[in-house]
Amino acid sequence: MENNYLIPYLLLAPFIGGVLVLFINKNKENLIRYFGLAVSLIVFIISLIIYFDFDNADGGFQFLYRFSWIENLNISFYVGVDGLSLLLVLLTTFLTPLTLLSSWSSIDKKVKEFTFFMLMLELGMLGVFVSLDMFLFYIFWEAMLIPMYFIIGIWGGKQRIYASIKFFIYTMFGSLLMLVAIIWLAVYASSSLGYFTTDLVELYKVGPTVPKTIQNYMFLAFAFSFAIKVPLFPLHTWLPDAHVEAPTAGSVILAGVLLKMGTYGLLRFCLPLFPQSSISFAPAISVLAVIGIIYGALVAMVQKDMKKLVAYSSVAHLGFVVLGIFAMNLEAVQGAVIQMINHGLSTGALFILVGVIYERTHTREISEYGGIAKIVPIYAFALLFASLSSVGLPGLNGFIGEFLILLGSFKSTVLNNIWFTVFAASGVIFAAVYLLWMYQRVAFGEVKNPMMNELKDMTKREMLVLLPIFVFIVWIGIYPSTFLKVSEKTVRNILEQVETPHKAELK
Amino acid sequence: MELSINYILNELNFIKPELVISISIVLIVFTDLIFDKRKQILPVISLISLLITGYFVIEQFGMNTFAIAPAGSKGMLAVDPFGAFFKMVVLFASFIIILFSINSSEIKLSSDRHGEYYTLIFGMILGMLFVISAADLILIYISLELLSLSSYVLAGFTKQSLRNSEASLKYLIYGGVSSGIMLFGISIIYGITGSTNLYEINSLIQAPQLPNITFILASILIFTGIGFKISAAPFHFWTPDVYEGAPIPITAYLSIASKAAGFALLIRFVKVTFIQSINTEGYWQLLNIIDWKTFVVLISILSMTLGNFAALWQNNLKRLLAYSSIAHAGYLLLGLAVLSNQGLLAIIIYFAIYAFMNLGAFLIVMLIANKTGSEDMDDYNGLGFTSPLLSVSLAIFFISLTGLPPTAGFIAKLYLFIALIDAEMITVAVIALLNTVVSLYYYVRVLKHLYLVKAEPDTPIIGVSALNTVLILMLLIPTLVFGIYFTPIVDFAKVSVSLLGF
Repeated sequence: MENNYLIPYLLLAPFIGGVLVLFINKNKENLIRYFGLAVSLIVFIISLIIYFDFDNADGGFQFLYRFSWIENLNISFYVGVDGLSLLLVLLTTFLTPLTLLSSWSSIDKKVKEFTFFMLMLELGMLGVFVSLDMFLFYIFWEAMLIPMYFIIGIWGGKQRIYASIKFFIYTMFGSLLMLVAIIWLAVYASSSLGYFTTDLVELYKVGPTVPKTIQNYMFLAFAFSFAIKVPLFPLHTWLPDAHVEAPTAGSVILAGVLLKMGTYGLLRFCLPLFPQSSISFAPAISVLAVIGIIYGALVAMVQKDMKKLVAYSSVAHLGFVVLGIFAMNLEAVQGAVIQMINHGLSTGALFILVGVIYERTHTREISEYGGIAKIVPIYAFALLFASLSSVGLPGLNGFIGEFLILLGSFKSTVLNNIWFTVFAASGVIFAAVYLLWMYQRVAFGEVKNPMMNELKDMTKREMLVLLPIFVFIVWIGIYPSTFLKVSEKTVRNILEQVETPHKAELK
Repeated sequence: MELSINYILNELNFIKPELVISISIVLIVFTDLIFDKRKQILPVISLISLLITGYFVIEQFGMNTFAIAPAGSKGMLAVDPFGAFFKMVVLFASFIIILFSINSSEIKLSSDRHGEYYTLIFGMILGMLFVISAADLILIYISLELLSLSSYVLAGFTKQSLRNSEASLKYLIYGGVSSGIMLFGISIIYGITGSTNLYEINSLIQAPQLPNITFILASILIFTGIGFKISAAPFHFWTPDVYEGAPIPITAYLSIASKAAGFALLIRFVKVTFIQSINTEGYWQLLNIIDWKTFVVLISILSMTLGNFAALWQNNLKRLLAYSSIAHAGYLLLGLAVLSNQGLLAIIIYFAIYAFMNLGAFLIVMLIANKTGSEDMDDYNGLGFTSPLLSVSLAIFFISLTGLPPTAGFIAKLYLFIALIDAEMITVAVIALLNTVVSLYYYVRVLKHLYLVKAEPDTPIIGVSALNTVLILMLLIPTLVFGIYFTPIVDFAKVSVSLLGF
């Protein structure tokens, strides 16, 4: 097999960049900022090269690179991308430079450490998406917690210490369960294949042969770990704290990429590795997903804090993604994939916008605002645009994802119950209520707070951050097939992996 | 038995490391007397003698034989790679501890008694080296006593400090009781079998394979003595007080070397005395006398849970590390509970890694205490930004102790989990994992004080001398490198699994 070095470069770039940042004098803050931005742009360019070389017609893994690492346990440094991971890699490399740019002025202490941790975080996230070895995956998955812990803990809000520890412990708990399941699967492989292996492609063959009871335990361990990350109701309680207390850049990365690691894990590992269990647990998990959609929306509705509102809206949106994944047909899963990207863009934009205004007024209380549309028209427009995208207005990105998911879950033979769709659809209405109501209270009406009269509109830098996101929001809304076709073949493959053992069982 | 000169010289070949240590003790005492004014020569002698001992221990990796065997019986000592590994751990820890002692402000306080200090350390080393190889209950008891008596005195070494003396007295009382209990167990076993040699006892009890209440009792009594040394619950009560009270180098020493010797003894005692056969996959078939698996699992779960939960409330770093050391004894015991060579491999890997990370953690705590005079967590506030080297190192050591990748601590836990799951002990693995989550909280609490809590304006800037930087890196680099590339440590451990006879 020919080794392709593009993905190792993709991982090395943020790593080397992060290490180099440590050698820059900490007082040269602007130099550090430009350097961090440059590194993240280089990473973005590498990911674009991968995108343009990517063959959409091939549903398997491409750009493979394998390097034998720990011979004792047959562990190798094995990376590659398929349509699913490529989209998420692009989302990561796209959002990281924007978050660095967005925190240009809001992060004014310990810039060096911040840039270092952001680049390490990017390395961790990319590693998670490209790993084709469970051991390698697990290392990236866990190691990424450390930079996130510090980003929330050092640069976060008032309750940052509590939020960072809560985030750390929740995720760690889930991951350790997954570690036990990974080892269990690998040990099982050593009895069926004759050797211990953590190679994902080989485990794909072993997973479906695991007896149903054991498979159920393994599935639950994996699913639990991913469900915490997603977060699926009722495991979501770490999310509002972490999102609200994190600095803007942290919230954007958390919502934009970290949550996607949970849904990515479900699609990449749970479904193909444990197909029989996935099908039998699909209704139960979908019920939780639908509860999450409605619960997230209702709780978002009563929030007084803008950032908290956006945080709870994540619970609802991710509920859609999980519903789509467990509906297990092409429309729904494609919808889930595109909705992962959508949520990264819209919620990312909303967090950036909340950050923009917080930097000026130092308050996120909705009641403090009112009538700012007259004072800061550009900002008000941007906020409206991002809200509508999140609501799912036809013509913008959110609509495509939600529509496909609802369509798919309606037709789903695995769920086989239209009430999932009915209740989930009500979530769309609630989303319109909480977001538009929030917008109304912030942008329209009388100016209650005299301080708002001195509000300055968005700077060029802030517009530069949001513009690329808005371009993609419209692009996905109007012509989604650019993105859908990247993942289509992969999604078909995954679904086939789920169905084949199931059909064999029915015969 | 004929004791010809040739026979004696031949047998001495197998105890070269112990001989070097004995000679060093004499050398240190005399140097202390003769060169009264030049105390700095003592650590140099100690380090050189440890290097020579290390050389002879490496030789033992190739041996698999009894030593000091009276005619017609098995030997008093079993010289094998398994023992050699634990001797290496002890020697490595001693080497590092002597470097610690040179820097410790607590030890410097009583500079007129440095001769005693190094003599006692070497007394401990001699005891440990014998304990690790001993295959005879009498030798086990004598060498354990040598180890214990030296460590009681060392725990109270700085007489000026009240808490040192308190620690020493507590250690002495607990230690005395547990050693008495152990001796009682030994006498019962001798009464039943008529032998004190583990290998002979093993062949004597092969025939009647019935659970024998007296034998069970005797085994548990002996386990109590060893459990005290490895600070497993419920024999752990001395640990927090002694760890907190003793000078930091001695605390660190007890947590690694003394524990390593205890584990080597425990494994040898259980495996050699009770083994019936080993199957092709490396699982031990033990005699049906006592259910070691359940017993060790219970002790281990108790140690982990108690250690981790008690550590949650600690504000003193030394006490926190004491409870963490109880918890780690629990994890290590799981490797024994598996009753397989795979489990033994996991214990060996765990020890090799634990030595680096735990010594590292103690080193940083000592360097900070040297400057601030306190091990209180609140005095660590904001150190992350005034003393970056120390804080980053402490953070890495603690992350490693938690068992998070990409540090070596993760590899230690990984092999333990592999052994447990391979033996289908999934529930136990899940309990161990829940414990790890609990431990995350208190380890991360230290990180919180270093980095997240707002620093007071008078946060001290702690400089690190060149020697200390080298020492930190000696412990830090393996902690990181073995987390990424652990093949060498696993290969080394695979060699060390082999116990004499099995």
